[in-house]
Amino acid sequence: MAQSSALPVEQYNFDIVRRFMIVSMVYGIIGMSVGVYIACELAWPFLNFDIPALTFGRLRPVHTSLVIFGFGGSALFATAYYIVQRTCQARLAFPWLAEFTFWGWTAGVALGVITYMAGFSQGREYAEFEWPLDIAITLVWVAYIVVYVETLRRRTQPHIYVANWFFLAFLLAVALLHIFNNLAVPSGLLKSYSLFAGVQDAMTQWWYGHNAVGFFLTAAFLGMMYYFVPKQAGRPVYSYRLSIIHFWALIFLYMWAGGHHLHWTALPDWVSSLSATFSILLLMPSWGGMINGIMTLSGAWDKLRSDPIMLFLITSLSFYGMSTFEGPLMSLKSVNALSHYTDWTIGHVHSGALGWVALVSFGSFYHLMPRLYETKLYSQTLVYVHFWLATIGIVLYITSMWVAGIGQGLMLRSFDDYGNLAYTFIETVEFMHTPYVWRALGGAFFVAGVLVMAYNMVMTVRASQRERAALEAKLAAKLAKA
Amino acid sequence: MRHEHIETNSALMLLLILVVISIGGLVEIVPLFYINETIEKVDGVRPYTPLESRGRDIYVREGCYLCHSQQIRPFRDEWLRYGHYSLAAESQYDHPFQWGSRRTGPDLARVGGKYSNQWQVQHLKDPQSVVPQSIMPRYPWLLDNDLDYSDVADRLRAQRAVGVPYSLTQQEYEANIAKFGKEIADQLDINQAQDSLLKQAREKNFDGIPNKVTEMEALVAYLQVLGTMVDFTKYDEGYFAQFR
Repeated sequence: MAQSSALPVEQYNFDIVRRFMIVSMVYGIIGMSVGVYIACELAWPFLNFDIPALTFGRLRPVHTSLVIFGFGGSALFATAYYIVQRTCQARLAFPWLAEFTFWGWTAGVALGVITYMAGFSQGREYAEFEWPLDIAITLVWVAYIVVYVETLRRRTQPHIYVANWFFLAFLLAVALLHIFNNLAVPSGLLKSYSLFAGVQDAMTQWWYGHNAVGFFLTAAFLGMMYYFVPKQAGRPVYSYRLSIIHFWALIFLYMWAGGHHLHWTALPDWVSSLSATFSILLLMPSWGGMINGIMTLSGAWDKLRSDPIMLFLITSLSFYGMSTFEGPLMSLKSVNALSHYTDWTIGHVHSGALGWVALVSFGSFYHLMPRLYETKLYSQTLVYVHFWLATIGIVLYITSMWVAGIGQGLMLRSFDDYGNLAYTFIETVEFMHTPYVWRALGGAFFVAGVLVMAYNMVMTVRASQRERAALEAKLAAKLAKA
Repeated sequence: MRHEHIETNSALMLLLILVVISIGGLVEIVPLFYINETIEKVDGVRPYTPLESRGRDIYVREGCYLCHSQQIRPFRDEWLRYGHYSLAAESQYDHPFQWGSRRTGPDLARVGGKYSNQWQVQHLKDPQSVVPQSIMPRYPWLLDNDLDYSDVADRLRAQRAVGVPYSLTQQEYEANIAKFGKEIADQLDINQAQDSLLKQAREKNFDGIPNKVTEMEALVAYLQVLGTMVDFTKYDEGYFAQFR
């Protein structure tokens, strides 16, 4: 966005917020489309086309990295930089360093997914980036922390607003997790062997993996929620006391829960039981966040009828509540015996990722668009269209995965009257075909919604440019007259 | 201390957050390195040969772990389908672990020896030709690509650096002879890595193509050793329970 000399320089650095928001949308569209594609591969395997880079095994990390780090990560950069400036009433510190985080993050994600397709992977879920990229990401992350904390220190308000607590916890935890989970000894430029092996490696990975969910996809997005829900509702946060309690409880408890990904494995039982216990406890602070968010609307429920952005934000909190109920349930050993290794897990992740993470980001972006571009949102109707496409997509996705996952789990453990296995493995694969088709359809609905949003965004930006040009012409005419 | 002190002091808040988020990992992960019962006492588990290790690299490269687990749980149906539940000892040399999290395809922890080499090659080349309902991608390029084994010694050296007992010195070599026997110790010797890779490929001919070492050769060598190292007939039922 070129600044016109005729107009005053913005009080805050919104340029970087705008760019991160656009990158987030671009990565989101690509990443979610890849998701639909690999969903189709599972339904119709000919789509692998015997091309190495397009096989499910190589594309799946492309999907997960693009949506988690590309879409979600960029959305967090955008909103964290926006929120920290607004709540601290201070301009973003070290603009050149912030610039470095933009280019570093954007390029890091792009290079990462290209290397996956070329066959370079650490073989750790959600941490597939090879070691040179891990180092680059660490540098970007440290820069992110420096910019954020320094802006916080320059605040003109004595109090640090609650949204920033969550962002702070997210920044520190992700640094800790990323560094310890990626310890490895390189062999060549794009190959490494992890420092830990077997059971210790598994526990480190799922300590990382679950807290990538806990801090990257939860704490940080709660930070987003704590700013945009009260702003959009025009009301203060429901309970200050609740936000203190659930903040500290959430960040403490999450770090214990990773072992529930390893129930009934060679991980010692004491870790597994401890993880399950803490996972159940986690329900409380999780719902604390949901209640605090939803109740902020208390007394202004009519906004759900009149404001589609509010609809996005409140629905995201409802999905958050639902998936944080489902999570503890699945962390029970007896439930996990059925659900683990099945699509129930995939469905659960997507009720969180699509329902919570993506919807709260969309709501926040819709809130940001008119403010960042100083104009009206192009179309409210299209926001409704997006909302319903997304909601239908999510419902199709998670119900088809419940059917596929619970169905496969039950088939695999059923016996005939003689005590023999009732089904072969391949019979469960055949059974999953129909839910896989529905899942792909659900994903397509969701992507269609995002495309509607992108159109709305482009039209809003265009309107803003036209208005700005008109304003400048007016100013120029005035200056010429004078 | 009132919360007001924390939320008006960014350094204090930063410090407290660090303390609070560190505890869980410290309590749950660090002891795993020190409690002796974490890894079962069992004979037979050895590092992968150079050829198997290269096969494992290809397994990681193609993202097999995203659809196949390598971790059998102690349930009756899994026992009937896959065999004895997995031991921690069986993946003690696995950098990284490949237990997986989703079974879009069956578990592979004990797939070694279950099918012939010929079946494995045909299945990887065209899964639907042997299992018509399969949704696994085809991997024909594994047969076309020659295995790059020029850097196999470097790869073993990196694994030695993280604790896998591949031998570099005479002393380490002799320790391996004492632990695994001469035949295995030779294959774990980094100084002869390329030779032993070629020797194993020539003798076993996993890919069915003589005089050629393909990526298929390495991958099938790896698959065929999975879960075969421990002889479970040597242990009483219940012996492994004490380690859980």
